[in-house]
Amino acid sequence: MDPTVLSRWQFGLTTVYHFLFVPLTLGLGWFVAYLQSRYYRTRDEDDHKRVKFWGKLFLINFAIGVVTGIVQEFQFGMNWSGYSRYVGDIFGAPLAIEALMAFFLESTFLGIWIFGEGRVPDKVHEASIWVVAVASNLSALWILLANGWMQHPVGYVINEAAGRAELVDFFALITNSKGWIFFGHTIVAALSTASFFVLGISAWHIARRKHLSIFKPSFQVAAAAGLVAGILVFFSGHTQGQEMYRIQPMKFASVEAHWVTGEPAEYSLITIGDLSGRREVWSLRVPYVLSFLACNNLDCEVRGVYAMQAEYELRYGPGQYIPLMVVTYWTFRFMMTIGFGMILLSALFLHALRKPLENYRWMKWVPWVIVLPYIANTSGWLLTEMGRQPWIVQELLKVEQAVSPNLTVVDLWISLIGFALLYGALAAANFHLMRMYALAGPEAALQESVEPSTAAIGAQN
Amino acid sequence: MSHESLQTLWFVLIAVLWIGFYFLEGFDFGVGMLLPFLGRRDEERRAIINTVGPVWDGNEVWLLAAGGATFAAFPHWYATMFSGFYLAFFLLLVGLILRGISFEYRSKDARPRWRHTFDWMIAVGSFLPALLFGVALANLVQGLPINKDMMFTGNLFTLLNPFGLIGGLTMVTVFLLHGANFLTLKLEGDMRERARSYAKRLYIPAAIMVLVLAVTTYMFTDITTKIGIDPGVTPVASVAALLVAIYFINAKREGWAFASTGVHIVLTQVAFFTLMYPRVMISSTHPAFSLTIQNASSSQYTLGVMSIVALVFVPVVLAYQGWTYYMFRKRISTKKKSLIY
Repeated sequence: MDPTVLSRWQFGLTTVYHFLFVPLTLGLGWFVAYLQSRYYRTRDEDDHKRVKFWGKLFLINFAIGVVTGIVQEFQFGMNWSGYSRYVGDIFGAPLAIEALMAFFLESTFLGIWIFGEGRVPDKVHEASIWVVAVASNLSALWILLANGWMQHPVGYVINEAAGRAELVDFFALITNSKGWIFFGHTIVAALSTASFFVLGISAWHIARRKHLSIFKPSFQVAAAAGLVAGILVFFSGHTQGQEMYRIQPMKFASVEAHWVTGEPAEYSLITIGDLSGRREVWSLRVPYVLSFLACNNLDCEVRGVYAMQAEYELRYGPGQYIPLMVVTYWTFRFMMTIGFGMILLSALFLHALRKPLENYRWMKWVPWVIVLPYIANTSGWLLTEMGRQPWIVQELLKVEQAVSPNLTVVDLWISLIGFALLYGALAAANFHLMRMYALAGPEAALQESVEPSTAAIGAQN
Repeated sequence: MSHESLQTLWFVLIAVLWIGFYFLEGFDFGVGMLLPFLGRRDEERRAIINTVGPVWDGNEVWLLAAGGATFAAFPHWYATMFSGFYLAFFLLLVGLILRGISFEYRSKDARPRWRHTFDWMIAVGSFLPALLFGVALANLVQGLPINKDMMFTGNLFTLLNPFGLIGGLTMVTVFLLHGANFLTLKLEGDMRERARSYAKRLYIPAAIMVLVLAVTTYMFTDITTKIGIDPGVTPVASVAALLVAIYFINAKREGWAFASTGVHIVLTQVAFFTLMYPRVMISSTHPAFSLTIQNASSSQYTLGVMSIVALVFVPVVLAYQGWTYYMFRKRISTKKKSLIY
């Protein structure tokens, strides 16, 4: 296989994997911080158990996000040295600031939170988990400003002599609308992920009528947070779509399988394409809707991928400029369907609070909702990143120019297989501990550790 | 500031970040490598891990900050080094991942086999990065095959040359000693004495490796043409610091012993970075192909912006990290009640 293809697979694997753990860290941090403050206010034993229980799950998840995050910073240089040379003058800054401003805070104060209970003043201990929650979301801001720049490069000039892009306006970089819209969408999606995680695990215990005093309040808070976050995910996502129409029209058109320019443009309810992902076989379309989605107006022009392909070829030379539509089109639909489904489910759960939760027979199926945000989050990123292809930086640098020229196919197979095996083992260890502590309930979280067998017994009675 | 002085400032800042990383993570790599040997029972191993428990993650961020700062300030240095050391850095990442995850996961399942496995992963995950950072650093000073396009033209085995391996083994033994001193300082009772006996056994190999490294530096680097036969005060002081550490280990003054191995690590790094300056990647193919602070750096504007950022945040980070060490300054005992999981 071609080195560029292998590097892309590796980046895709490590990044998608990293982002399986990050949203829960971002969202659950707020829950745990809230519970910690609540406990210091009430000094209630159930509040203590709640913060310990959710805190333990938070930590098990957090660890994987941290260790896989190191890979993220290294691989721009390892696999994408062409990229690093061309845009390092701009792109390196937010990464360095992320480490200086957010990672130090996050890791130092997490240490204080884990080890400080009873050793540092309660106020410091309480503040430490809030710092962790704020700092992890702050790190999301910086990395999303970096990613936002790749989608919508601003504040730079091309230095022909140096053969690279150079930063001339730092303020433009940190106020890039694309980055901030990403940030808004990501943190509310993270909150929504954490809500469904809490809902699912609480429901497991509620359905078995266990630890009801612990899990019913958790269920209630998560249902409310899930509804609010879900609605915000929708609005921030819609804003993001309109921004995409404005600054990445090719991605926008490919997400909607919009082949031919329309004014007004029709919306594809369902499109079946061929295996190349760039030709239509059959579709069902509704007039006006796409124009409305793109610009709140029933008859604005939405350019189609064929017209833009012709235009890009004139501007940037021959090549394939249409993203792999089978991915962009369907990941968008997975994300949207699940997003709406999560809003409806949250509303249903809130409505269900009127009666005792443990009496609902459907409660035992609720733990499965945990998978929903994970599919939606992954789909969202696949759409965002694969929709930018063939560009690594929109209309500035192509992926094939970005890859490290010195890497051999052997190097890449070793690292790709190595990461796949290692990450598989990490996922197994993570799933084992998560499941064990989630099912063992709040008493186990107060202990130093649990035997899998006692956890299983705890789960049965 | 002029572009030239900004470039020098950033070379110094990046050196400081790497040196901070080696000083801090140096002892927790040492602690990790000693874990399965020094800790016989489960509580002992937990106590050893707890000596670095609250701080290892913060120490590791120094690496992320150094990497990020290199990317931002010297993109070509970052690009050439990280792509050139591809498989070495892959192994390094494997080590760091195993280590980090093991610190957090080893105590969460009570089965002895689970814990045993993770304890060894901490040891291996501390050994690999210590070795590979040493190999990498020695190669940076020695020079590497780099062509006129700033591209590394060797492979993993190019790095595993005699001087590279000497650098790697030196870093491993010195970190073991630094870790043993740290454990003597942080543990109580019987474990403290056992940690001390490890320090006593380790200082001879560490001293031998440091002397070998010092001598071979004359054989494999351009120190004689760049600095001269007299290496200047820093390397001499660095060796002296190690001898002072040996004195304090024998005098049972573990605080001073730890400080002295720390000073030794810092001064060794300062000496190596001085030897490199103003080059950041020395080309053994042709001196003109070397990456320097001039041809590898970011624009004046970016360096200026990043200087402001660094001047604001680095002191803040130092303040709260120092404060954490102060808060967790107490010795760790193996008594069950005082252990935190």
